Parts: sequence; C-alpha cells; structure tokens
Amino acid sequence: MLKENEINIGDTHTAKLVEDLKRTTIVQYAGASGDYNPIHTDEIFATQVAGYPSVFAHGMLSMGLTGTMLTNYVGDGALTKYGVRFTSQVWPGDTLTSTATITGIRDQDGDRVVDLEVITTNQNEVPVVTGNATARIEA
Amino acid sequence: MAIDKFLVEASHIMMFARSVGDENPIYHDEQYANETDQEGIIAPPTFAQSSAQFDPDYFLRPKIGGEGWFGSGKEATGSKPSGDGGGSGGGIAMGLHAEQHFEYHLPVKAGDTLSASTKPGKSWEKESKRAGKLKFSESVTEYRNQNGDLVITATGVGVQTERAVDS
Repeated sequence: MLKENEINIGDTHTAKLVEDLKRTTIVQYAGASGDYNPIHTDEIFATQVAGYPSVFAHGMLSMGLTGTMLTNYVGDGALTKYGVRFTSQVWPGDTLTSTATITGIRDQDGDRVVDLEVITTNQNEVPVVTGNATARIEA
Repeated sequence: MAIDKFLVEASHIMMFARSVGDENPIYHDEQYANETDQEGIIAPPTFAQSSAQFDPDYFLRPKIGGEGWFGSGKEATGSKPSGDGGGSGGGIAMGLHAEQHFEYHLPVKAGDTLSASTKPGKSWEKESKRAGKLKFSESVTEYRNQNGDLVITATGVGVQTERAVDS
C-alpha cells in the first residue's frame, strides 16, 4: 500500500505491459475470461467476415494488463474503484506502456485514498485505454 | 444476465492473472498470500469479467457440439448472415466494449461463491467518422458474495457500430 508521506500529487508510475503482443496471449485471455468472441481469436472470421485487418485484443485484456500495473503500484486489495474507456484497438504486435498519475489525496469513507489517472498507450503513442482509479493508502 | 453461482477458485485466479501478465504471488501462491494483509489468495481487479464462464447461456462461448457458433470452421463463419448487419461488418460480431468501470466494496477471495445480476442502464447514440452510427448501451452488474454482501459493482458500456472500426 502507498504511504501518504511518501507520495505527492503529480507522482507517476510507468510500466511496460506487453511487448509485441502475441495472438496466443489473446487466446490465453479468451480462455481465462470465457470471452471466446472469434473477432479476438479467429483470424479468418475477423478478416473475412467482420472486416478487420486482423484479430484484436479484448478491451478487457488491455484493462487487465493495465490493472496489473495499477495493483503493482498501489498494492494488493487497495483499489476501491477502477474504470476505463477503450479508446483504440490493440492489435497483435502492439507494445503497450501504461502510466498512473496521482491526481488527488483525500478522505473517503474513513480511509485516506489517492485518485489516479490511468493511461495506456501503444508503440505509436496512441492511447488505447484511459481511465481513473481510486486506492486506499496508509495515512 | 443472472449468474447463480460464480465459484471463485484459486486455479482460475492463477490462470486469469497469467493472462493479464500478472506474476504477483498473491494470485497463485497460497502460502505467500496467507502471510499478507489479505490473508489469502485474492482476485485481480478485473477478475469479475470471467463470471462469463458461469453464465450458462453466455453467447460468446461455443455451445458443446459447436452448433450455431459464428466463428470459422469449413466456412469463414458458422452462422448465416443476418441480413440486417449492414456494412462490411455483418451484424453479430459488431458489438464492442466501449467502457468498463468497477467499484470494489469488499475483497473477493479464493473460496468465495458469488452471484451476479445485471440490469440495463442508460443508452445513447452518437455519429462517428471511424465507424458510422454508434449505439451505446450500459449494463450494471452487482456481484454479491456467499453472505449476500455486495462485493463489486461493474458497469459496462457496449457499442454497436454501423461498420468495422477504421484503425
């Protein structure tokens, strides 16, 4: 858990989430999450039927990868809120980097919490996930 | 959607954590997890999404036998075109995930049994250059644990696009 006396508004934490995303990683997420939409795992369907250049990652895979960065930063079981918007698709071969920025430190339901802005970008610096989170901290 | 029993199991948490690139031992090492403040294996923040595994009618999982599944087999798609999908996208697969929000009320741990119920939220429309007319709709899912306590509120926003999104 983050400690209040060790953090400041504007602090950032950045992590590389994945380098050269593999189709198999997308398949792995399909299996674990149970979302087998062929648009994510079936190149023939994705290209010939759905009209996409290739399969692409589940939005929730990007959110999950981004969540890994977040919990590595704020600690286990500390999140009270985590929400994102999927702003661009993530394709096989993409390299994703994610940053959390502290935007506020405040009280919430008797706890001290930080508010965080979250952004994950691809290798072309296009945001793929943008969002916010709130996490409990040690006063 | 309603899910009566979403069993939160350690092996599923391990597989899910792997799939999102998370090597934190709190998701796979019981002995380590027991010695943390969490006192056991916990679920990663987006784990509730895998409740789909426990929805008997989930439409994005091929039914046993594969009948009616719209992914490729002998043909590029196993289902007949619906005719009303329009554009190059062809209907059924055009639903995309636009937003997802989780509120965490109580920890979710290996060994919990959750139930989930979903109700529709707001809906709205928007024009876009990349994919034509967009129809957004929100759904709100409440997850409760075996004690009946609310553990997670999940709000998803889906979008139906007129055509495949230009990248």
